[in-house]
Amino acid sequence: MKKLFYIFILIFFKFNVASGLIEVDITRGNLDPLPIAVSPLHVDNESENYEDIKIKELGDLISSVIEKNFKSTGLFNPLNKDAFVQKPDIAHLKPRFEDWRLITAQALVTGKLLVKDGKLKVEFRLWDLAASQEMVALAFTTTPSNWRRVAHIISDKIYERLTGETGYFDTRIIYVSETGLKTERVKRLAIMDQDGENTKYLTLGNELVLTPRFNPTNQLVTYMSYFRNLPRVYLLDIETGIQEVVGNFPGMTFAPRFSPDGKKIIMSFAKEGNSDIYTMEIESRLVERITEDSSIDTSPSFSPDGKYICFNSDRSGLQQIYTMKSDGTGVKRISFGNGIYGTPVWSPRGDLIAFTKMRAGKFYIGVMRSDGSGERLLTENYYQEAPSWSPNGRLLVFYRETKSKKDGTGFTAKLWSIDITGYNERELKTETDASDPSWSSLLSK
Amino acid sequence: MKKSLIYSISFHTIVILLTVLSLPFMIREPIDLPPIVSMQLIQISNKTTIPFAPKARKVIEKVKEEEKRIVSEQAPPSAKAKEKPDRIPLPKKQEEKKKLVKKKQNPKEVKPEIRQASEFEKKDIVDTDQIAALIDKAKKDTAKVKKSDNKLTQSSKKNSFVKGLTLSQEDALRAQIFGCWTVPLGLPYDEDFLVRIKLELKQDGTISRSEILDHERMNRPGQKFYKVLAESALRAVRICQPLRVPLTGYDKWKTIQLNFNPMEMLKG
Repeated sequence: MKKLFYIFILIFFKFNVASGLIEVDITRGNLDPLPIAVSPLHVDNESENYEDIKIKELGDLISSVIEKNFKSTGLFNPLNKDAFVQKPDIAHLKPRFEDWRLITAQALVTGKLLVKDGKLKVEFRLWDLAASQEMVALAFTTTPSNWRRVAHIISDKIYERLTGETGYFDTRIIYVSETGLKTERVKRLAIMDQDGENTKYLTLGNELVLTPRFNPTNQLVTYMSYFRNLPRVYLLDIETGIQEVVGNFPGMTFAPRFSPDGKKIIMSFAKEGNSDIYTMEIESRLVERITEDSSIDTSPSFSPDGKYICFNSDRSGLQQIYTMKSDGTGVKRISFGNGIYGTPVWSPRGDLIAFTKMRAGKFYIGVMRSDGSGERLLTENYYQEAPSWSPNGRLLVFYRETKSKKDGTGFTAKLWSIDITGYNERELKTETDASDPSWSSLLSK
Repeated sequence: MKKSLIYSISFHTIVILLTVLSLPFMIREPIDLPPIVSMQLIQISNKTTIPFAPKARKVIEKVKEEEKRIVSEQAPPSAKAKEKPDRIPLPKKQEEKKKLVKKKQNPKEVKPEIRQASEFEKKDIVDTDQIAALIDKAKKDTAKVKKSDNKLTQSSKKNSFVKGLTLSQEDALRAQIFGCWTVPLGLPYDEDFLVRIKLELKQDGTISRSEILDHERMNRPGQKFYKVLAESALRAVRICQPLRVPLTGYDKWKTIQLNFNPMEMLKG
């Protein structure tokens, strides 16, 4: 009995102490970019030269790529290197946290590299300066010519550690490169790193190409081109350069896209003024009709789990966005706003659908939830369309055109990206004019 | 024999009938027990000699007096006119004026919080910081209380205000941390994240110990976002130190808990 009494007293006392604690709710913070110091990577003295790469400058080059990546996100503010207070090699061993805090940095990236026997070994550390502790440390070994990818991979790891999201720096963007006057446009397939570097052209420009899309492994690309003056869907192997027509359709095929498992291509097939959605298995070439309606159904896109498809259709009069199960049942209209909706694309996260909207002579890029609720228009312009998601579902890339003069001059087409919050709208630099971008998944998964 | 028996029976019947009809408790149900129990209570109080009744009376009288005062203060508008003399007040008059200002506080807004609080909490409110604040700068403080009332969340009503920080002190602390906390923008909007950090503070507002209360959740699989949020919150607290804490009442605020929840902000 006594024991029970003491236990009761203890519980009562504990409760009293707990309830006496002052609690303050913090429901707001600042949205300023996180100040981060990216120290140049220390180049080991034992490093050897490799081909035409200037090894001594490699530490600076890698850190500047990382800085550029961070700056482009709008979430980080890389600090000026002139303010740095510690040499890279010493900082990599043990930073003087107080000194780094003095320059208002909250995180610090340090690293070192060694080039030996034709191999590049890079290691980096991310430090939490407020907590005075290491947050992540990794090392990579590759060929020295891959140094840019190493910089992107490091950026991804740091981004993931500081935001909780997977990164998107070690990715590529495929697009249609455009040159010449508007009336005589030459269009080629081009591929580049997400930061605009390493551009390569995949087609010669003899035929018009449109709407290229990566498969999930980034090895294959499906796109639309003209074969005997008839638009057809093609498949291109990036590494071998081999291309082939997809399916044996007696009419136009267009708006192709891969299924999330990469085994099927979904596209539109038009015949006698009516277009419906079809899928084709790449291996067996088995074709399946998904929609059967007298209206124009096009721009299909799978949900990330492959169970649903979103597409646009004019079955209700104006072009609107619809969803359905992957077998074509359960068709449901999800867009109801004023205007015309098109090019719906399901987010890799699965929660949002991006679209192009035309209303009152203006074009908008927007997002809505997969049930059609919460429509948000992110950006407005004279002409813009074809949004494509970054692999983490954080950014959209799209293209924007300017008005041309009567003689066809003054026309431009550029790639732009925007955060799903509607902030951080920026132009992606390309060698030529560009349209129809498609973002790859992460190259290093 | 028979006659006498008949007389006896009839006589007894009459008596019984009279008894039943004249005495009500014979036909009604017996009185409920509770009153008897209450009598027993009185006996116990006598035995233990605890003066329940007088103390209760005093409390009731005090409450009644307060209520009377409040009613009388609200009613006459002429009293307010007297409180605003054009002449420069003498020191003694100033004190009186400040007392009057205290009476002028809007009882409708302040009272509900006092009523919700326990007796122990009431003492805190009445005895220490509030009275001091009223003496120092009555009008400014009361205005602040009224303004910041709307911003308070339930937990802060329950805890910080009544136990150690005034509303303005709490707002100052909150504003300081707002500035230091860089919210990670990648968090999903549809999940509920609440990071609770317990701090042990020194008298100058620097942190002697910090602890994330749901620390285990940080290392669970699939809790990357929570980990990032918790780290950002901890970073904010560390960057912010020394925290803006009151000069007095260290015992009350030496341990505080900060609840970080950015969802309202991220949802817009």
